[in-house]
Order: sequence, then C-alpha cells, then structure tokens
Amino acid sequence: MSLLAQVQIGNRASDSCLADNGFCPDWIAQNFDRYITPFTEHVYLTLVSVGIGFAISFGLALLAHRRRWLTGPITGFTGVLYTIPSVAFFLLLIPFTGRGYLSAFIALISYTLLIIFRNITTGLRNVPEETKDAARGMGLTERQLLWRVELPLAVPEILAGLRIATTTTVGLATLAFFAGAGGLGSQIYTDINFKSNVVVAGGLAIALAAVLDLIVLGVQRAVTPWQRARA
Amino acid sequence: MSQFVDSIRLIFQARDSVSGGVQIGGLGEFGQLTASHLGVSLVAVLVAVAIAVPLGLYLGHIGKGEFLAISLSNIGRAVPSLALLAFFVVFLGIGFANVTVVLVLLAIPPILTNTYVGIRQVERDTVDAARGQGMTETQIVRRVELPLALPLIFGGIRTSAVNVVATATIAPLANVPTLGTPIIEPQTYGFTGQIAAAIVVALITVAADAGLGAVQRAVTPRGIKLAREASAGRRFSLSSLLRREQPT
Repeated sequence: MSLLAQVQIGNRASDSCLADNGFCPDWIAQNFDRYITPFTEHVYLTLVSVGIGFAISFGLALLAHRRRWLTGPITGFTGVLYTIPSVAFFLLLIPFTGRGYLSAFIALISYTLLIIFRNITTGLRNVPEETKDAARGMGLTERQLLWRVELPLAVPEILAGLRIATTTTVGLATLAFFAGAGGLGSQIYTDINFKSNVVVAGGLAIALAAVLDLIVLGVQRAVTPWQRARA
Repeated sequence: MSQFVDSIRLIFQARDSVSGGVQIGGLGEFGQLTASHLGVSLVAVLVAVAIAVPLGLYLGHIGKGEFLAISLSNIGRAVPSLALLAFFVVFLGIGFANVTVVLVLLAIPPILTNTYVGIRQVERDTVDAARGQGMTETQIVRRVELPLALPLIFGGIRTSAVNVVATATIAPLANVPTLGTPIIEPQTYGFTGQIAAAIVVALITVAADAGLGAVQRAVTPRGIKLAREASAGRRFSLSSLLRREQPT
C-alpha cells in the first residue's frame, strides 16, 4: 500500500489477532470509545446538512409552486451539483472555504437539494384538482389552501424525499474527510487494512443510515394517520 | 484562483514531485490515469448491464420479485461506497478484480430497478394486444416491452455509470491506479495534484452524464416522446422519481 498518511491504530504487535489485522472482538470492546467522536461528527454532518438542505429545498419548492417556470431552471442547476462526484466536490471547495465543516456542509447540502426539491414539487403537483376546487369552494384563500390542504396531502412524498436524502447524506459523509471534516470515513481511512476497524466504522455508518431512515418513516406514519386507515 | 491555475498547469506540464526525485503530472500521466479510470469503470458497467438487464427483463415480464428489485436500490444507498470498498479490501484483498466487483455491486441496483420498473410500467393492454396477435412470450419481451422500457433502462445505466466513474476515484485504496491516485497521495502530488485530479474527475463525470443522457434521448421511441409531451406535467409517473437517484 502506498499510503504513507496511514497510521496503524495503537500498538498491536503483542496480540496475534491484532498483528494479522484480524477481526478481534476483545479489541473492539476495549477500544469502542475511539469511535464515539467520529460517530458524533458523522451524525452532526448528516443532521445539519439535511436540515439546512430541507429548509432551502422547501423554500425553492414553494417558489416554484407559485411560479411554475422556475421548476426547470432549479431542477437543472441542482442537477448539475448532484452529478459532481463528492470526493472532487469536497476538494474543490477547499481553496474557497478552507478545510473543515464549512466545505463539507456546502457539498452535502448541495446533494440534498435535487432530491428534496423534486419530491416536494411532485407531491404538491399530485394533489387532485377536485380537492383544491372543493377547498376553494369552502372559502379558503390560496395561502390557506397551500398550508392546510396541499402540503398535508404532499407529506408522504415530502418525507419519502427526506428519507432518500438522509441515507444518501450518511453515505456521502463517509468521504467528508477529504474536506477535513472527520466522520466515520476518516476512521475507516485511518487504518483500512485492519478488519476490526473497518467492520466497526463501516457498520456504524450503515446502522446510522438505517436508524435515521426508520425515524423519518416513524414520523411519516405519525403525521399521516389517514394513510394507515386506508391501508 | 491561483490554486486552480497552478493545478491546471500541472495537468498539462510535468514537474518534480513534492518530495522530489520523480516527475509528476503532465498530459502523459493524467492521460494514463484517466484511461485506467475509464477502463475499470467501463468493465464494471458492462458486467453490471450483463447481469442486471436480463434479470430485470425476466422479473419484470413475469411480474415477480418486486421486493428484490426495489429494495435492492434502497439497500445500495445505505451502504457507503468507502465502507463497501474497505470491506472488500480487508476480507478479500486488493487488486483490479476486487475493485471491479465492488463497482459492479454499486452499478447493479439502479439498472435492475429501472429495468424492472420499465417493464412493469408498459400498459398491460399493450402486452395483451401483442399476445392476441399471436406473439410468443420471447417476442413480446423483445419487440414490445424492451423498446418501451429502453428510456428507463438507459436511465439506470446512466445513473450507474456516473456512480461508478465517481467511485472509481477511491479505487487506489485497493491499489488500482485511477485519477484518485493523486488525491490519496498528497505526499507525492501535493494539494495542487489533488485539485488537478479533482478537476479531471469532475469533468469526466459530468461528460459521462451528458453523453449517456444524449444516448438515453436517442433510444427513446418516438411514440413515447409524443405521449410524454401530450401529458407533460399532468400525471405522476414512477419514472420521474427514478431518474438519477443517487449522488456519489
């Protein structure tokens, strides 16, 4: 391996399992605390990026809902951001915003925009015309129509977008160490030949994606009781 | 800005490495790295197409395996590419074959899901009409379902190809030289080399996406284009959700 940057974790010569870079439950039990900081960084990267990404996408989607012609340009622009590979994106931001969280956040937020924006606009567009007519007939203003009828009916699709954005961001954040922002990926990279290290750090990333996905799914169930009644 | 100018100069002109002793950069080296980057990506995408398209056609035609075809892409999204590559490196070792397998595993879900959905969304009436005309099942798949599903299938191939080209950047961690080599060896290539490689990776990924997008439009049967224009923006379509579902 040509990775001079890599340092082996701890002194491992004394134990044959460790010397073989093996999968060592004892070592994992004793060293689990060294994964707490990378894990916390990973959660922080994910939640902040998805949160800000959601706020921006929501604003853009409401704007595009009011002015339909904006949908194309917004989808096109966020689509280009979406295509840039994350490793390249993280590195290319460093000359502008420096090493650290800021660069990582900018890239990670950029990736959430297309996913969430597309799902919110699709959700709003799928509200049946008859439903909106009925609401207007009851005397709702356009603003009330949006907040009381259209958005609630779009919740399943909005949260479906949020789920995709969340799991995707957990995955991309494993490469955020290229922007100098740590996370579980930096822990994997630190010693990519040591089975115990790779299994714990990689496993935590997958588990985090699964848990966050379940949480959003739970929220979706809780706020759309009518969907369960129909099913 | 001067950082970018310096990096672009490195792409075209070789110079001494950071630690001295070897020449780095220049069109020769970047050309070679780009060629091996695209080479390993192409092999992976072709293998994934050979596996996922026939499987998707079969499952879609008989209408079974929806859970597999759909949930595979959800699972694929939850497993970070770095973790997948690291698992392969520690359990199976480094080298071209292992990297290819990792890239194939990343490439299969979008192609399989899109092929499956592409076949399933063909109107059942259309298939019944074909059957009524006396077509065999093989003819139905080849002459009715496949052409109608082609835009979605190519959409899946496009997603996968972009993912694979982007992910091949971390292949040097398993000792396969690609454009990721300058990125993970800053002690030789410096920050200038990292940025230079990042620029080339970004360019070839965007180019691959645009190129395959053009292919996707070219293979779309004229009837589908007309129907899509007629119903533009009206109806919710599954395909609108499937286009490029995963950044890398």
